[in-house]
Amino acid sequence: MSITIVKQGLADSLQDIGRFGFQHLGINPNGVMDAVAAQTANALVGNEMNETVIECHFPASAFLFHHTTLVALSGADFKAMVNDIEVAINTPFIIHANNILHFKKRKNKARVYIAVQGGFKIEKWLNSCSTNAKANAGGLFGRFLKKDDVLDLNDQKEYKKLLNDKDVLMMPWKVSVEKLYSTTIEVIKGNEFELLQPSSQQKLIKQKFQISSQSDRMGYRLKAEELFLQKPLEMLSSAVTKGTVQLLPNGQLIVLMADHQTTGGYPRVVHVSNDSFPSLAQMNANDFVQFATISQQEAEDYFIKQQQYLHQLQIACNFRLTEFLQQHVY
Amino acid sequence: MQNRYKIFSLGDAALSIELGNKIDIALNKNVHALAHGIRSAAIDGVKDVIPAYTSVTVVYDIVLLRKKTSSAFEWIKKEIEEVITTSNQQTVTNNNKKIIPVCYDISLGIDLENMAAIKNISVEEIIQLHTGKTYHVYMIGFLPGFAYMGSVHEKLITKRKHQPNLHVAAGSVGIAGEQTGVYPFNSPGGWNIIGRTPLQMFDKNREQPVLLEPGDEIEFKQISLEEFNAYRI
Repeated sequence: MSITIVKQGLADSLQDIGRFGFQHLGINPNGVMDAVAAQTANALVGNEMNETVIECHFPASAFLFHHTTLVALSGADFKAMVNDIEVAINTPFIIHANNILHFKKRKNKARVYIAVQGGFKIEKWLNSCSTNAKANAGGLFGRFLKKDDVLDLNDQKEYKKLLNDKDVLMMPWKVSVEKLYSTTIEVIKGNEFELLQPSSQQKLIKQKFQISSQSDRMGYRLKAEELFLQKPLEMLSSAVTKGTVQLLPNGQLIVLMADHQTTGGYPRVVHVSNDSFPSLAQMNANDFVQFATISQQEAEDYFIKQQQYLHQLQIACNFRLTEFLQQHVY
Repeated sequence: MQNRYKIFSLGDAALSIELGNKIDIALNKNVHALAHGIRSAAIDGVKDVIPAYTSVTVVYDIVLLRKKTSSAFEWIKKEIEEVITTSNQQTVTNNNKKIIPVCYDISLGIDLENMAAIKNISVEEIIQLHTGKTYHVYMIGFLPGFAYMGSVHEKLITKRKHQPNLHVAAGSVGIAGEQTGVYPFNSPGGWNIIGRTPLQMFDKNREQPVLLEPGDEIEFKQISLEEFNAYRI
């Protein structure tokens, strides 16, 4: 049971929730950029929330399914097609054996996640399936997916008779996670925030920052009027995290994303909250970011709320899927 | 254990404990002792403990902690303060001594001659000074397994290169400021390259993929180009 990559995408990779416990050795966590979409796609096919998924950028890979498979997409809408039939995101569907899932056009957002029922048969490296391209480890051969790669799947249920020779069957339900995304990115103040000039502190919140084209899974470089420290600051390297926003010597900001280095030596002016991170991860080059400050407590509360919503969504998905399969498959 | 420290938030799922603000071996040993103390305490929800020059950062699981407390940050902070007050300074951790063979042939130490010219010393003296000391691993960062070690002899202190090399070979040994380090991967880099080790600093198939760990004591031992080549076969 497997999928073959028949067309290579732009930096598509296998990711899970990330690799923790090795950052003191310089081994960064990696993991999905948009955890909301990855969890949603997994919930839709009845997986554990943190099962490994494929993260695709546009133009995305095309995938040949060798066996009839239950699949779900979430995150960006890249106009997914099975032959000439468009398949929606946030709805589970069954793709018939020997058909190709491909993506035609970027309608919105930046990354789409593909979950398959039962997950991928992938060997873990240091407790995680996430791809670490720098260390050439994790995921499939420690790199982005290439043409002719074969991804092995865990066993699928027998969906074939459900399809009646159709190429694809959309399940008659969908979920909405749109309310978990926002155009305003919530941040909490960093240790060096107060060292910014007062006018720069205000600008950080008031002005909009444009995401530069030099942005990827490692970091988003932002463009706006320069920000200034009150006086020059020499800092020694220390640990940074996903979402840390550093002030570079040229007065511009960089947000550290999923493939960030484990340490850095620039002033940490703010940190993107975990609940806002998926929204930022779904923004593209040239999009504008507006920051809003929240407290440490609010950041925790909002994240817990987001997780509770996803947990409810998982229960609902499992219920619908079990009911459907009992009626039609067993 | 620590007289003075500062705990601050590093986003909503991590906090840092800062013990000072300068590169200093005694201070850094306290950092490693604290990191060790936090690990030994096996605090619930802790995902990563990351020592650096003067700080320890703790990454934690908000969802898990919020099941038992209304503020994950305050809870972790309290646990760490307890580690700090109850452990004693003597529990210093790792006394690992490791030797790294290095070939200082100018075909591998591509910046040796340039450095010798700038510093007005001979290549031989650079090698002698670099192999003549034991270095302390302050922290690991930048790349998986990249150890920041120090300090080099004052005659070897050299600024990072203005124009970084696009391709530094894996195993390259470099100097930047008072620091010395070994590139575990082929990588762009701005350190002055004085030699290369045949050792694989990073190997994903090893149980412990990286060769050097924070707190290690390191010596460099000169090998010839023949020995270097023989090592690689």
